[in-house]
Amino acid sequence: MSIDQSHGHPGSDVATTSEGGLPERFENPGLEPHRHRMADVDPKAAKRAERQVAALFGLSTLGTILLIVAYYAVSIEGDSWAEIARQLRISTTLLGVGLALATFGIGAGAVHWAKTLMPDEERIELRHPMRGTDEDREDALAILREGSAEAGVGRRPLIRNSLLAALVPLTVGPPIVLLRDTGPLPGNDLSTTFWKQGMALVHDPITDETGRKIKPEDLTIGSVVHVLPEGIQDAEHELDEIAKAAVLLIRLNPDDLDETSRAGSYEGIVAYSKICTHMGCPVALYEQQTHHLLCPCHQSTFDLKQNCKVIFGPAKRPLPQLAITVDDAGYLVAKSPFTEAAGPSFWERG
Amino acid sequence: MSTTTTAKAAGNLGNWADERVGASKGVKFLARKIFPDHWSFMLGEVALYSFIILLLTGVFLTFFYIPSVGHTVYTGSYEQLAGQTVSEAYASTLSLSFDVRGGLLMRQIHHWAALIFVAAIVTHMFRVFFTGAFRKPREINWVIGSVLALLAIIEGFAGYSLPDDLLSGTGLRIASSIILAIPVVGSYISFFLFGGQFPGEEFIPRLYTIHVLLLPGIFLALITAHLILLVVQKHTQYPGPGRTNENVVGYPLFPVYMAKAGGFFFIVFGITALMGALFTINPIWAYGAYHPSPVTAGSQPDWYMGWLDGAVRLTPGFLEFQVLGFTVSGNILLPALIIPGLVTMPMILYPWIEQWATGDKREHHLLDRPRNVPTRTGLGVMAITFYLLLLVSGGNDIIATHLRLSINDITNSLRLLVFVVPPLAYVVTKRICLGLQRKDREKVLHGRETGVIYRTEEGEFFEVHEPLGEHDRWLLVQHDSFRPLDPAPAEDERGVKRPGARFDKVKAKLSSFYFEDRIEPVTPAELEAAHHEHHGGHEAVEGSDEAERPALAGH
Repeated sequence: MSIDQSHGHPGSDVATTSEGGLPERFENPGLEPHRHRMADVDPKAAKRAERQVAALFGLSTLGTILLIVAYYAVSIEGDSWAEIARQLRISTTLLGVGLALATFGIGAGAVHWAKTLMPDEERIELRHPMRGTDEDREDALAILREGSAEAGVGRRPLIRNSLLAALVPLTVGPPIVLLRDTGPLPGNDLSTTFWKQGMALVHDPITDETGRKIKPEDLTIGSVVHVLPEGIQDAEHELDEIAKAAVLLIRLNPDDLDETSRAGSYEGIVAYSKICTHMGCPVALYEQQTHHLLCPCHQSTFDLKQNCKVIFGPAKRPLPQLAITVDDAGYLVAKSPFTEAAGPSFWERG
Repeated sequence: MSTTTTAKAAGNLGNWADERVGASKGVKFLARKIFPDHWSFMLGEVALYSFIILLLTGVFLTFFYIPSVGHTVYTGSYEQLAGQTVSEAYASTLSLSFDVRGGLLMRQIHHWAALIFVAAIVTHMFRVFFTGAFRKPREINWVIGSVLALLAIIEGFAGYSLPDDLLSGTGLRIASSIILAIPVVGSYISFFLFGGQFPGEEFIPRLYTIHVLLLPGIFLALITAHLILLVVQKHTQYPGPGRTNENVVGYPLFPVYMAKAGGFFFIVFGITALMGALFTINPIWAYGAYHPSPVTAGSQPDWYMGWLDGAVRLTPGFLEFQVLGFTVSGNILLPALIIPGLVTMPMILYPWIEQWATGDKREHHLLDRPRNVPTRTGLGVMAITFYLLLLVSGGNDIIATHLRLSINDITNSLRLLVFVVPPLAYVVTKRICLGLQRKDREKVLHGRETGVIYRTEEGEFFEVHEPLGEHDRWLLVQHDSFRPLDPAPAEDERGVKRPGARFDKVKAKLSSFYFEDRIEPVTPAELEAAHHEHHGGHEAVEGSDEAERPALAGH
């Protein structure tokens, strides 16, 4: 085994003087002497390793058989979800364990084979610098010069310039133009919601199928209801509208409200946008004791007693209030639409 | 089949291939190529193999998944949702989980493999960074790898958004708000991407194309380039006896590495399959279908998105402001776009930053031991600490509920800690590295402690130190130690200002930041001197730049 000792040390930046005939740096001592494995010297050990490898490959075969058998033997149908879930668990486990054995067996066998029986004496390959030799470089340059002379790139600037003038607009224009129809322009969609004056507040049909209207006496102090404008399920893009118009209805002691929020309240009942002014998550957590609303996404905290001002977290703007009143039949309705954009901020929001 | 007929068949096949594609040349070039061996080289392999697992399981999933938010009434096995109107994406994900044999297994393997994919890329990058494998000539592969890491995060996010469940829909809501926060064009980009308002009907099918076609295509191209460069440049190796900058010591591709690396693919597959079989992941049926008004408390993104979510949680709201009637959402722009940019740009450019400080233009094929480059190691640990603190911040609500602490206190503490702890981590790491280097010097100069205590006739005690053999010693003395660059004088002899002098000064400052504190490896002369001084009682353990101190170990 030979290594080129003279190449052992890339020119060190450390200037050390050699004294007493000692080299400046230690010299690479070369590879350590090879230590034989059991299987290299003991034919019995080699035979044992061979059997172990075969056993691991055999394990893989068993895994494949398990997978195929489980696929047909375990049904994932049933009369109830409990039964289906049980069958599903058995099926997933058996198929997965089968697949795991089938793959792991091959892998472990191959690695064991390589480690015990294939040669483990390290070999040496020389590296060569990435750069070509000076001759290579000159040849390459000559070729490039010759080629560009043949094409006449330098001599015929008209061709070069007109090609550039064609390529630049091609790469910029069509991609922008062709993507124009991916969506409509924002218009004032981000600033308006489904709410209109006189629109009734109704229970979310998701949680309450009837979509009932709400009377003030339905709400006790400290209770919170998730509401939507009546008729929103008939909107053309229902989810888009709900994503902006969802509202939380809360009844507080009227004395707990401040001046501004009292104006839009009805007997201590206030309605605020449920869409966080930070990143649009639903502000779903209500702390009854403190009258705080908390957004579970990034923990922005809004204080109901201060007109939903932000008292903690990354949001800046208070939750917009929806002014409410009651109609002739005594149901809660919107006194006016939101007076500002509900939901996360955007550039044109102002 | 007898041996001769097998050999004949193989010969015929070889001949067929050679006459058509010149296979013999390929075999000659590749089959006996040497690859060095080390456990840390397997991290990149794990990334590659989990990508293949993702392709295989992903194709299976596409046979059943419907990329559409069109309404449908759920009629599958899961009773709790029976009769509910949900999107086709959600319904088809449920049905491929519950009504297709092996479907749940494939989905869970796919999700686990995705988590392993990103984790393997990140740890592979740690290995490459801390051992200096990114140095010339491998800067391009560092950049390709960094881009792959960023794309992997986006690909993962796209993937877990596809089922259209409540958790992923909330993630998309946040993504759309980040886009809305972009000054001037944010609303337009958002409307074009989502085909209108959020959530709209277009985004899931578009995301699907990105997830299964566009990004995997880019992955395949970049991974191919990454591997071609690996073969062309040959793999780096750790320093050790017989290993030089001009050779590769290891095992040939055929048969050893083929068996080891090929086998390792199956091992990774096996372990991922076992995880998919035994551990539930992303139980979308428990979250429910996406709807814009409900949300689950304590919802967490997949781990690789957690740091961005954490940054968003820490940023205070006052950074949003109005200017000339327009809204600038600094509270979103800073954590979601500016910080990721500030973190990734230095990462991508790091090979050149360090090259600039060292002035080192040589090729490097021998890896560094992290202790021998204390500044780089410190910077790396500093970045990781910063990342981990943001990740912790992303779980501030979980910490609050589990430890019964105030979420406000946790958030406020973390706001402070992200500025204080990373620099501290840098200093501590650097000191630890320097300490380890001192220990190496000590070991080379005085040998290994044997634990055998002798008492001299005079009653003095000392421990017997066994000198290192040349093979053991080599690892501790082989490395280069850089000295800070001296800036060339700013003025020439006639007092004329040299152009670029200021630039050189910055460069020198950077260089001294890197190499001011350093410990040089023992030289033969020092070892010789140490042997002589052993009879004197005191000896120099420190490098030439450090103050001489009395040795701690006697003899």
